[in-house]
Amino acid sequence: MEGTSWDLALVVFEVWLSVVLGLIVLPAMFGVSLGFTDLYVKALVKTLEWATLRIQRGQKEEDAVPAHLPNGIIEKDDGSMEEEIGELRRSHPKSLAGGDFTLCDAFYFCKKGIESIVEDQVTQRFTSEELASWNLLTRTNNNFHYISVRVTIIWGLGVFIRYCILLPLRVTLAVLGLSWLVIGTTLVGLLPHSNVKTWISDLIHVTCYRICARALSARIRYHNKENHPKKGGICVANHTSPIDIVILANDGCYAMVGQIHGGLMGVIQRSMVRSCPHVWFERSEMKDRHAVAKRLKDHVADKTKQPILIFPEGTCINNTSVMMFKKGSFDIGATIYPVAIKYDPQFGDAFWNSGKYNMVSYLLRMMTSWAIVCNVWYLPPMSLQDGEDAVHFANRVKSAIARQGGLVDLFWDGGLKREKVKESYKEEQQKMYSSMIKGRLPSHERQDCEV
Amino acid sequence: MGSRASSLLREEDIEEIKKETGFSHSQITRLYSRFHSLDKGENGALSREDFQRIPELAINPLGDRIINAFFPEGEDQVNFRGFMRTLAHFRPVEDNEKNKDPSAGEPLNSRNNKLLFAFRLYDLDRDDKISRDELLQVLRMMVGVNISDEQLGSIADRTIQEADTNGDMCISFSEFIKVLEKVDVEQKMSIRFLH
Repeated sequence: MEGTSWDLALVVFEVWLSVVLGLIVLPAMFGVSLGFTDLYVKALVKTLEWATLRIQRGQKEEDAVPAHLPNGIIEKDDGSMEEEIGELRRSHPKSLAGGDFTLCDAFYFCKKGIESIVEDQVTQRFTSEELASWNLLTRTNNNFHYISVRVTIIWGLGVFIRYCILLPLRVTLAVLGLSWLVIGTTLVGLLPHSNVKTWISDLIHVTCYRICARALSARIRYHNKENHPKKGGICVANHTSPIDIVILANDGCYAMVGQIHGGLMGVIQRSMVRSCPHVWFERSEMKDRHAVAKRLKDHVADKTKQPILIFPEGTCINNTSVMMFKKGSFDIGATIYPVAIKYDPQFGDAFWNSGKYNMVSYLLRMMTSWAIVCNVWYLPPMSLQDGEDAVHFANRVKSAIARQGGLVDLFWDGGLKREKVKESYKEEQQKMYSSMIKGRLPSHERQDCEV
Repeated sequence: MGSRASSLLREEDIEEIKKETGFSHSQITRLYSRFHSLDKGENGALSREDFQRIPELAINPLGDRIINAFFPEGEDQVNFRGFMRTLAHFRPVEDNEKNKDPSAGEPLNSRNNKLLFAFRLYDLDRDDKISRDELLQVLRMMVGVNISDEQLGSIADRTIQEADTNGDMCISFSEFIKVLEKVDVEQKMSIRFLH
């Protein structure tokens, strides 16, 4: 009895593997789409639309609590500090003898403070975006209560499909893809340097990423392919998750930049660099800005090497905004190829909340979502203009990416996810306010206040 | 994201908060989500560090004073009721409220209570008077290092001179109200909710 059940298991496994290889892996490697993902996504869209209608009908009968407010909870005044405080003072009888301070000035700071407590631009970027309507995943179920039997059945079916059918399939694909990468690149690394080696290496990288994309049921749409990053340039993109790399590398080869990790990541990194040059740093090297800049410059100067892929935000943001770009990559003098990536949150939330989930739980969540649907826009190349400094250039690129992807352009640093805000911002506010008080002082006192 | 946030708030609680603060049902649930997302420790109460984590508040010159207003005397934690009670001061004044039952007590967002909130930003030791030192402290917070001590001193003196009617070199609450009687407090100390 034991023998036959093992044989059966083996047969099932073999059939499974051949189906996976034949129908998914091989077409993926050749860049051929059999259309399964498209069909799947279409079916999903129909199902979700149906679910949305049922939920809306259900909600109308209850107290309609708007679940998603695209414009936020409160309406803020757009005026500058000068305008707002000026308005406050207009109604207050001014004494001409004194410096321009009135007790009601504090109202401005008070209101701004309370507004930021109710709703601020930064903290919301480090958690997943709220959805306009439920997409039948338990994890996004915030304000949606039990609606009807039918919706619950569909939800249950969804759980079964995602966990029992899609998850094993996706895990198999991911394992296959990564093994292929490690084995393939190690083998290629044994070849002597030549054009053939580069060509094979590129092929292995692209095929691996294509398999990984299937492992996530990713449907990616590339726009403006004529602006695709070229060798000797630097590709910059907004960062939402490690999956960004898979998304971009499906359409071309890039040289990755990053820190060498231990464990499985380290194995993958070390084998990748055997077949084609990537820029991996030791942790100690990362702190030395000049060393980093030098290595990037050297790589970019060699026109046979692939374009570098960098995420200047330095951390994962939730794909509703673009935060401050670190100026390091903009100081090198290479051509920048900006890329905007926008995920459709309805099918699966791609954002990696690294404080909440580690890499493994994150990948599991990815593989049990419906799908990853995203748009990638290649923007025209940009370079440093005369008289422009790196910070200004970085902001220019950031605005272009934000505009294309429909994201909010913020000047705040993504590092605020973990660190406190710099005192200098508060000092700026204080300076601005001081100039409002100083400005109207009688001349004999103005000398006193030059501090 | 707070997947169970709205379910932790019971209907009775919402009703009570509605009565006390005047916020609508949807505003209360929205603000509860916000409270929950700020509560990193997930213990149903906010500490001063939770507020400091908001960058826009951390760079506000009066940030610390505003945060202090949420915490009752000597306490380090504020629960949702306390949070709402403080925010209620900033609810806009609606016309139909002016004719409400007078015996119900003054609503938290009356002009008087808004002015009292602002007064307490200055009155650090809660003795119902703004002394010269207290005024100087708050001025120093607002201007940083950009104005000299002497300069700031004369600004403080002039402000007190302007407002002080009973000659005690301090600004009492009634003197505070008198000085600001023409300021549109209802508009300037209110937050406009979109829903």
